[in-house]
Amino acid sequence: MLCESCNKRNATVHVTKILNGNKTELHLCEQCAKQGEEMPFDASFTINNFLTGLLDSIQDSPIKVDYIKTTKCDHCGMTYGKFKQLGRLGCAQCYTAFQEKLIELIKRVQGNEVHSGKMPKRSGGVIRLKKEIKKLKVQLDEVIRKEEFEKAAVLRDKIRELESQIQDMN
Amino acid sequence: MTKWIEQSGPDGDIIISSRIRLARNLQEYPFPVALTKGKSKEVIKKVGDVILEGNTVLKHDFLLQEMESQSALERQVLMEKHLISPNLMENHERSAVLLNKDESVSIMINEEDHIRIQCLLPGLQLTEAWDTADKLDDVLEESLHYAFDEQLGYLTSCPTNVGTGIRASVMVHLPALSMTGYINRVLQAANQIGLAVRGLYGEGTEFVGNVFQISNQITLGRSEEEIIANLKDVTRQIVQKERDARSTLLNSNRLGLEDKIYRSYGILSNARILTSQEFMTLLSDLRLGVDLAILENVKIEGLNQLMVMTQPGCLQKSAAKNLSAHERDVRRAAIVREKLGSKG
Repeated sequence: MLCESCNKRNATVHVTKILNGNKTELHLCEQCAKQGEEMPFDASFTINNFLTGLLDSIQDSPIKVDYIKTTKCDHCGMTYGKFKQLGRLGCAQCYTAFQEKLIELIKRVQGNEVHSGKMPKRSGGVIRLKKEIKKLKVQLDEVIRKEEFEKAAVLRDKIRELESQIQDMN
Repeated sequence: MTKWIEQSGPDGDIIISSRIRLARNLQEYPFPVALTKGKSKEVIKKVGDVILEGNTVLKHDFLLQEMESQSALERQVLMEKHLISPNLMENHERSAVLLNKDESVSIMINEEDHIRIQCLLPGLQLTEAWDTADKLDDVLEESLHYAFDEQLGYLTSCPTNVGTGIRASVMVHLPALSMTGYINRVLQAANQIGLAVRGLYGEGTEFVGNVFQISNQITLGRSEEEIIANLKDVTRQIVQKERDARSTLLNSNRLGLEDKIYRSYGILSNARILTSQEFMTLLSDLRLGVDLAILENVKIEGLNQLMVMTQPGCLQKSAAKNLSAHERDVRRAAIVREKLGSKG
């Protein structure tokens, strides 16, 4: 079938329009379809559109309009609706603001949700120290319960030292 | 001087270049998509100062170019040499690039993320490219506060980059797999194990001249080394398959292959009008002819140069004026004839 507009190329785009109960059919080639206004042909299909298209299909029940309208990142002002449109987040805090939806999306596109690569030396260092402190505090509770106060004093000093290291790093 | 264009690297007969790029953002600024022009300039200054005002040897090696102060043509040339991305070019009012002397490293500022460290080397040199990018990242991090989350890793504007923020890719030339019809199977297999295949200029560009870019898709949950090792292993296998296909072609129909290559050589050394599409198709044959030592007076590096020199922006820059599509085709043909040393 030839394109009804240029009569040259093969028609590959078929449009059915129903307006006030009147049905019309159009058969166009891709070039003419893009030029014409017969159909809202969105040729700008990017990874970002594709990505945010996944956001809502993840949900068992459709997302409430409320969520799209009201959920917003307080830091940069990005709304969930705008993110869906752009496919890009506005700032680091958006990850917290849209966490609920994002984690599902990330799991889906990345097949994973925990980073296991390089860490920045500075903030990475703080993260390691915090983990260490947490571990020592559990040990401290344990020795206090056993009334081993000499060991407790050692642990307490160690914790204080690590905490002051974090202070210095900040 | 652009290293990947001027020099050939390991497995350079099949692998044109290797690239590592790292996406990073500053904690205290909104991502570029939500950044005002004033704040964009602050980010450019902040990142630029680390390299140019810091106490490392880097300051003598790098030059900062704000995209705004470049002409549209100069920006296009940078893009055609793969030194900046199409995205950085589009966002030219707010973006900049730090380039080193041999143009193997470009630090793009205010692309989709605040910082995109790119290291681009000829041939298969993914590990070398990663080492360089990794060290530069350390230097930047010493003075900048990165957006980093304990669980999610490096935070990026698009969740497809979150975690390591790494995109490792190789640009490969696979004519024999294309001719023998195995290419689709190879590309499908690459897709299935989490690698993306794109055209010469990345996302959304078409496959021309049997040149493909293969890269990792997943950035979270695996270490940089694992991601690179995975791509490297797959690339080695593809290289092996391409070599097998080449020797099959040679053994089964040497004369036919020689004929095809010499015909392409004939057209390229004599044509007066060459479209980009036709040129890339014929260049693929020429490259294969050089790799198989059928054409002995042509060099691979020369062909990489030709591939870049005949892009629309580079053609117009060397002509020092704007050219219509037809004028470009004429100029392209003239440059190719000259480069191939044909007197005709």
